[in-house]
Amino acid sequence: MSKKIIEERQLGMNRRAFLSKTSMGIGVAALSSLFGLNCFRSGEQGALKATASRLGGILDAPHIAPKAKRVIYLFQSGGPSQLELFDYKPLLSKMRGQELPESVRNGQRLTGMTSGQDSFPLVGSLFPFQQHGQNGTWMSDLLPYTSKIVDELCIVKSMYTEAINHDPAITFFQTGSQQPGRPCMGSWLSYGLGSMNENLPTFTVLLSRGTGRKFGQPLYSRLWGNGFLHSLHQGVQFRSGKDPVLYLKNPEGVDSQSRRQMLDQLAQLNAQQLEEFGDPEISSRIAQYEMAYRMQTSVPDVVDISDEPDYIYQMYGPESMQPGTFAANCLLARRLAERDVRFIQLYHMGWDQHDNLPSAIANQSRDVDQASAALVMDLKQRGMLDDTLVIWGGEFGRTNYSQGVLTADNYGRDHHPRCFTIWMAGGGIKPGVVYGETDDFGYNIVKDKVHVHDFQATMLKLLGINHEQLTYKYQGRRFRLTDVHGHIVKPLLA
Amino acid sequence: MERKNLNQSTKFNGKRWIFVALLIAVAGLILPYACQVGDVVLVSSKRRVPEIVDFNFHVKPILSDRCFTCHGPDAGTREAGLRLDTREGALAALGANKDHHAIIPGDTENSTLVQRIHSDDPGDVMPPPESNLTLDDYEKEVLEKWIDQGMDWKKHWSFLPLEKPDIPTTKQPDWAINEIDHFVLARLEQEQLAPSSMADKALLLRRLSFDLTGLPPTLEELDIFLKDDSPRAYENAVDRLLSTDAFAEHMTSKWLDLARYADTHGYQDDLERIMFPWRDWVIYAYKQNMPYDQFVTWQLAGDLLPNATREQLIATAFNRNHKITQEGGVIPEEYRVEYVADRTQTFGIAFLGLTMECARCHDHKYDPISQKDFYSLFSFFNSVPEQGLIEPYGAIPEPYIKLTDTEIAEQLHFINNLDTLKEIPLMVMQEMEEPRQAYILERGAYDKHGAPVASETPESVLPFSEDLPRNRLGLSQWLFSPQHPLTARVTANRLWQQCFGNGIVATADDFGNQGALPSHPELLDWLAVEFRDNGWDVQALLKKIVMSATYRQSAKVSPELLELDPENRLLARAPRLRLSAEMIRDHALAVSGLLNRLVGGPSVKPYQPPGLWQETTGGGGGSTASYVQDEGEKLYRRSIYTFWKRTVPPPSMMTFDAASRDFCMVKRQSTSTPLQALVLLNDPQIVEASRVLAYRAVDMEERPEERIGAMFRLATSRHISELEGQRLLAYFNMEWERFKSQPKAAQELLSIGEYQQKELLSEPELAAYMLVANAIFNLDETITRG
Repeated sequence: MSKKIIEERQLGMNRRAFLSKTSMGIGVAALSSLFGLNCFRSGEQGALKATASRLGGILDAPHIAPKAKRVIYLFQSGGPSQLELFDYKPLLSKMRGQELPESVRNGQRLTGMTSGQDSFPLVGSLFPFQQHGQNGTWMSDLLPYTSKIVDELCIVKSMYTEAINHDPAITFFQTGSQQPGRPCMGSWLSYGLGSMNENLPTFTVLLSRGTGRKFGQPLYSRLWGNGFLHSLHQGVQFRSGKDPVLYLKNPEGVDSQSRRQMLDQLAQLNAQQLEEFGDPEISSRIAQYEMAYRMQTSVPDVVDISDEPDYIYQMYGPESMQPGTFAANCLLARRLAERDVRFIQLYHMGWDQHDNLPSAIANQSRDVDQASAALVMDLKQRGMLDDTLVIWGGEFGRTNYSQGVLTADNYGRDHHPRCFTIWMAGGGIKPGVVYGETDDFGYNIVKDKVHVHDFQATMLKLLGINHEQLTYKYQGRRFRLTDVHGHIVKPLLA
Repeated sequence: MERKNLNQSTKFNGKRWIFVALLIAVAGLILPYACQVGDVVLVSSKRRVPEIVDFNFHVKPILSDRCFTCHGPDAGTREAGLRLDTREGALAALGANKDHHAIIPGDTENSTLVQRIHSDDPGDVMPPPESNLTLDDYEKEVLEKWIDQGMDWKKHWSFLPLEKPDIPTTKQPDWAINEIDHFVLARLEQEQLAPSSMADKALLLRRLSFDLTGLPPTLEELDIFLKDDSPRAYENAVDRLLSTDAFAEHMTSKWLDLARYADTHGYQDDLERIMFPWRDWVIYAYKQNMPYDQFVTWQLAGDLLPNATREQLIATAFNRNHKITQEGGVIPEEYRVEYVADRTQTFGIAFLGLTMECARCHDHKYDPISQKDFYSLFSFFNSVPEQGLIEPYGAIPEPYIKLTDTEIAEQLHFINNLDTLKEIPLMVMQEMEEPRQAYILERGAYDKHGAPVASETPESVLPFSEDLPRNRLGLSQWLFSPQHPLTARVTANRLWQQCFGNGIVATADDFGNQGALPSHPELLDWLAVEFRDNGWDVQALLKKIVMSATYRQSAKVSPELLELDPENRLLARAPRLRLSAEMIRDHALAVSGLLNRLVGGPSVKPYQPPGLWQETTGGGGGSTASYVQDEGEKLYRRSIYTFWKRTVPPPSMMTFDAASRDFCMVKRQSTSTPLQALVLLNDPQIVEASRVLAYRAVDMEERPEERIGAMFRLATSRHISELEGQRLLAYFNMEWERFKSQPKAAQELLSIGEYQQKELLSEPELAAYMLVANAIFNLDETITRG
């Protein structure tokens, strides 16, 4: 392990060292290091090692047998209200308009947005809940499609976080630290496990804007940044439109054949330099150009969904035909997963519903419900759900009392870090489970708390990684995704 | 003894070599590894435990990395009462009965440390299995030998007082040009290695130009240099480059990373801020070759100087470059504490080479920096009359000054008020009349006040003199007191890094126990003393470095030397370094002739793929909600002027490893990725520069091969070889034919970019030249300084 850390450090600080230390030819080493793909470690012994060398990455072998090969993270940005969607609290409707008892609030810090409020009127969901699936799981009528697949899901109602504002909270979920600057989950996985393919980036990012609250919370491209890890590990944003990856498209007037011609000239000229200067960095450069060329074919190929049959569009809903929507991104996520992209990060904006929550959340749920459920079932019908972990959730929950004035049909909810709900499916997660419990006020967790770092530790475990052992030494300290915390939540595991 | 003169080109040839080899062989027999100090482990030689174990260079790195987590400076997590970071601690009697010792000098048998590291029992072995740390055989042997040899103990190397070492004697002193070379050569001779021959003259000027100015030499500069055979030719080039605006801009570009400069506030909606007057001042200061102590003192404490001038106030904007939030609902005090911590951390990395951040929540795990030390240093930066939250939305964070157009015209001429603003607000530092009390914050939490602390510096580095004022001005004076062990070492190392890619201490941000050890400790100290005693003269030190024979070596490397010293720690050759993000873009602009040489002024918005800001905005952000690209001359400014939005930084720059500017950074990565290829092939900025370069070559020369040769030389500073010329000519002809049959394609390609040209050639022909230029911009050689 420590040897590998040293190797990676050298990869970061001086790739020359890294390349020259591999036993095989420079060309192979350079080629294999594309997007972290390390095929030069093949031939090592043992079943786990064989898996790892196929996968590549800094780890010789997974620490534990992996259940999931890849992750699709449907991040719901802004903080979806658990009370309208998953966490059924009839008491709140009964006590509608009454004050949140101080004994329940118990010193909880408030955001600056409601700390000035002199009243905290409780409010229940305006949307009814029904029981679904074999276990009679309560689900909101806002999520009819998700309700149908509850037997596939593991619903965690006892998530909590430390941050109460968006920027720190979302940064915390993605990097394990509230302050920006550390690598995000996808980068850690790329660093630890490497890539499974030679034609696509191993960590991709897809954005969509919700109809719930058209404008509310921004996103930041640094959320998919590599932090202090090698930039090979940074997330690559796939965008709708002509240029799905930045700078992917040849300039107007240059076709693929012409581009090939140029690359051939470049390879020859660079090879001559290599001969003269002997710097292995040059052969790495040659290989990177070949990878870029392959991406120019493979990326348009994966984003072109015109070959999907009609029933797939029906499954994901009509919006799946409109590039850039959440539904289209879910479909694209499945296509990327099929091509063995390891970490597919979706962000859907618009859940920050401080006011007009009832109308906003109805729209917002409609954006995501059908496609999220379709993705799970589509993976299942392809036999991919077993080794694909799907995660659905935001950065915190929302308060049980109304922000702003409570009227007969309108209210808002502020940020609430003490409890919220996420769900997971596939990839070694126990299906048909509801984990954790909150009190009747939906304010505090009363059973089985899951901290953000616990969630991260559990996710890494499913991918075969001991979260305490995947570390990177930077500025004198060994960093990890879970900082110095995190416990695996065993009851969630199949 | 086998010779290890491994690089292809060396001046030690023929008979002379045999003589040298004999000398070295004899020396090698007499002095087997006795003086092998420095953090270089050559790859081919298996690590051998040295005859004499050195505490700082051999032992402490092991103790620090494997033991200090539980047996180090942090009292909060110390196990079994054993600490190995102090001599007393390591020798202390242990156990309930105080009947055993981890270490008994000279007595390995009764030292429990030795027993425990060799133990097979998982419950007994050190480090314990659950730490995920292990010791290999070499490391165990080093520890054992260290105890056997009487347990040598020294202060951490970088905290030792700075003394000027003697210039070592070498066997080939005539290779040396200045003092630096004697240190480098002495180390090479220890390994029986010889330096490389001098670099090709044209490539040397290219290297020098990039290292000092971030720009390539012009053809005129090249020709003058190549024709000049006088002994002063190279020195003249050095002096010329040091006096340019480009030098000042290049130095500034490095300082912007260190100062975490940006044009936005950095959180959530990431609103715009105006900091460019400070950037203009930095350029101006470098242009004047302001002594480094003054340069830093003004930035740390300009406001506290007696009768502080406006210029000195502007300099203090350095400490307001950190991120500031405007996210509604945050707790202002939590963020205010964050800003003070950021200043403390920046001070640590930039000036002390120490990662203070670790001590924010608990005593440092590795370095003698306690949590109290952190908050005592924090206290210096804590008394700024500032708010944690920007309120109302869009306000300029206090404290700030307003620079009027009149005062700029009359006395602050270094500020380029390009947009002729009547008034420019600039955040600066200010001290509260009543200092704000600082506390140790338990676990780093903003509201968990522990014991109150006074402004104080870490005693392990250098005690704070009672004569100094306990404010930022006193802190600067402490930093530049002649006894300070770190300031000069850390800065000299960074200037070395600028010329060699790696510092003598490879971890330029960490001179602590977990940092790398210097490859040439005496050389570092010599440079540091030279720098300190020579009036902190940045240009003089840079000149000393680039004048050395070490710097002027060829970058060619043989497979044998590459295998032996892949990281080039011994400097038997010059490094080949990929150009930085800024340099790559500036290079394309410079050689095409597009580069706008205007100095200073507000940041500009060159080409960027459309939609990147819009698709992530939350609806707020004002001027940063959508990217409004500039036009005309502003598209061609040097990259240090590119507008920096922290949450969505310019993607082509990030692809080439630019710093995110979230925190202080003093060393960037240098990577090679497919996305970089896509930028160079397809970014309109580069594609447009290809067109303009082609046009320039067509204008300069008549025949195709001459035109191709001219483009090649502009981009690489060397003449194209016959083979290369033939290859590119054939490529040109092929593309010309294609464009003749597809004139629309030629037209489309030529229409990329805003820059307008007169018509010189038919479109298919010019388009073909343009692709040749684009190919040249994509050569590894073009984006490398060798």
